Amino acid sequence: MTSAATGYGSPPNPDIDVDIEKKASPSRAVDVGFVRLTLALAGFAGIILIWVILQTTEAALPAIQQFGLGFLVTARWNPVENIYGVLPQIYGSLMTSLVALIFAIPLGIGTAIFLTEGFAPKWVTAPIGFAIELIVAIPSVVLGLWGIFVLIPAVRPIFRAINQTLGWIPFFGGPAPRGPSLLIVAMVLGIMISPIIISITRSTFESLPRSLKEGALALGATRWETILTVMIPAGLSGIVSSIMLALGRALGETMVAAMLSGNANRINISLMQPGSTITALIASQFGEAGRLQVSALMYAGVVLMVLTLLVNIVAEIIIRKFQNLEQ
Amino acid sequence: MRTLFSASLFSLTALTVGLLTATSAQAQTVQISGAGATFPAPLLQRWFDAYNRTVDPTVQVSYQSVGSGAGLEQVINGAVDFGVSEAPFSGARLESFRAKYGYEPLQLPLGGGAIEFAYNLPDIKDGELILKRETYCGIVTGEITRWDDNRIKADNPDIANRLPPLDITWVHRSDGSGTTFVFTNHLKAVCPNWTAGAGTSVEWPVGIGAQGNEGVAATIKQEPGAIGYVNQSYAKLENMATARLENKAGNIVEFSTEAATSALDAPIPDDFALLVPDPEGPNDYPIVGLFWVMLYREYPDQEKLTKLVETLKWTQGPEGQAITRELDYIPMPEAAIQRIFAELDAITVNPNAVR
Repeated sequence: MTSAATGYGSPPNPDIDVDIEKKASPSRAVDVGFVRLTLALAGFAGIILIWVILQTTEAALPAIQQFGLGFLVTARWNPVENIYGVLPQIYGSLMTSLVALIFAIPLGIGTAIFLTEGFAPKWVTAPIGFAIELIVAIPSVVLGLWGIFVLIPAVRPIFRAINQTLGWIPFFGGPAPRGPSLLIVAMVLGIMISPIIISITRSTFESLPRSLKEGALALGATRWETILTVMIPAGLSGIVSSIMLALGRALGETMVAAMLSGNANRINISLMQPGSTITALIASQFGEAGRLQVSALMYAGVVLMVLTLLVNIVAEIIIRKFQNLEQ
Repeated sequence: MRTLFSASLFSLTALTVGLLTATSAQAQTVQISGAGATFPAPLLQRWFDAYNRTVDPTVQVSYQSVGSGAGLEQVINGAVDFGVSEAPFSGARLESFRAKYGYEPLQLPLGGGAIEFAYNLPDIKDGELILKRETYCGIVTGEITRWDDNRIKADNPDIANRLPPLDITWVHRSDGSGTTFVFTNHLKAVCPNWTAGAGTSVEWPVGIGAQGNEGVAATIKQEPGAIGYVNQSYAKLENMATARLENKAGNIVEFSTEAATSALDAPIPDDFALLVPDPEGPNDYPIVGLFWVMLYREYPDQEKLTKLVETLKWTQGPEGQAITRELDYIPMPEAAIQRIFAELDAITVNPNAVR
């Protein structure tokens, strides 16, 4: 082509090539730029995560060196003598989150089924769906106040009755229940995390192919059988991931735990007695903490991060298992 | 049209001039920042606000109530012009301060507060309950668990038949707090069975923890049979029923500003770190403590230092002390104020002061 052009006696115009490149370059630059921007943003998120972990661990080092792994099994928190351990808080964090799931899973899945399976007309389900989204918008400090002034007086007689009749079960034992307790925290957490389960489970059900449900009905299954044997197993990975997200949220919730747990840094198996969680401990003690105490609180933060990480890993494994089952 | 234009031009000029004057006025304003204890925060904020409005509008003191410990850390880091704490400088923090600045921190008491036992007993009104020393020691250590315990009945012969058959719910602070520091200092001095020591947060043998004075107050109000400790000014604000206590002399005293002031009227040591865990006077209120302003001995800026010293002196003058009394804090005795002023005057200006 170029040789042909030279054949006409006129010199090749070098501008033509350049022109073509110039025309192509703006959109390409945007393209490349966009890819790099997203890469930078993704990298930034990762860097912040690593930075937070490194900084927290660095601040926790004096406590890690002094207390070692004994920190995890010591049930004392004594700032006067600088003896620290987070066993009661680990117990509190895990138990409140797990019991919150016991409240939230049936509530969440049941609501999601009701909203998606056409049990009620749109004018009923739409406001319910809207109300559920509004639960997420309630600040946790407001839920904490509601717990102190409404929920605790309301459930106190019920707790007392359970404590008197079922007190032989360690989880309900101890002296007559008073106000703040781990069980109250778990109940409020259950309310807080159910919208997560509802919304993800709901969109999972909505995204399932219609043919699944229609096939089951065509084979003569009742609506109940269809939901239990077809819809829920088919949507299981979505349901499980919603539960794991909710669990992570419950483990990290601070304000509700600080306001309703009773902040008793003692080990107590009974859920009806005051307890504490890792988040509540950090939030309530940080302001006035001494040097080693700050370090011990950071160590508690590291423990919580590891706990959350473990929960996420377990969740990932479970989800993969269920995905294999589906295929 | 033309008049409109000139009018708008005029207003524009006026606006510009106004902005310029505002800017130049702002340039003269001295911004002083402090951080520290939450308990004296309402008093400090009233003081600094009143000083700005009635005495010297060019001084703006901002105070963040982040907690005594966090306030001391900010003083060590040089992030603030002053700190406020309910516990004197001590331990690792004192060493850090000495290492960085090469001198002792200047800690000056600005006032004090008292702590009361507030309770929720259905038939027993404010001031009716009497707690002798062994009795409240027994409550905080968990030895006394019922309101109809014979030891409580023995302290209260007049209301013995009205003491309810309820469990005692002990309510304490869950956050680290100067209130807890003062209260546990008293327990440590008074109760032979108290083993948790004294500090801004301790290992409580029994009870429920709640966040802040307001959290303790709310928990007590929600729980029939609950008792806890709150700052006096807070007990009054929340209209809580409070107990009369036995003091070291063996007398039963009710809180009053006079009883608390006389409790704090003790010889103040050279470093002003006066703790009165158990006041000795016959009519002294037993649980009282001071709060201190933490200052550097060298400031880089003459103007800021002058304004800071003037403000702090004003808080100890008649107007400042009137606010102290109005908010139910305890003013410093006259003799101490003279020494505080002498220390304030001894602060020097050093353009190269470490920060």
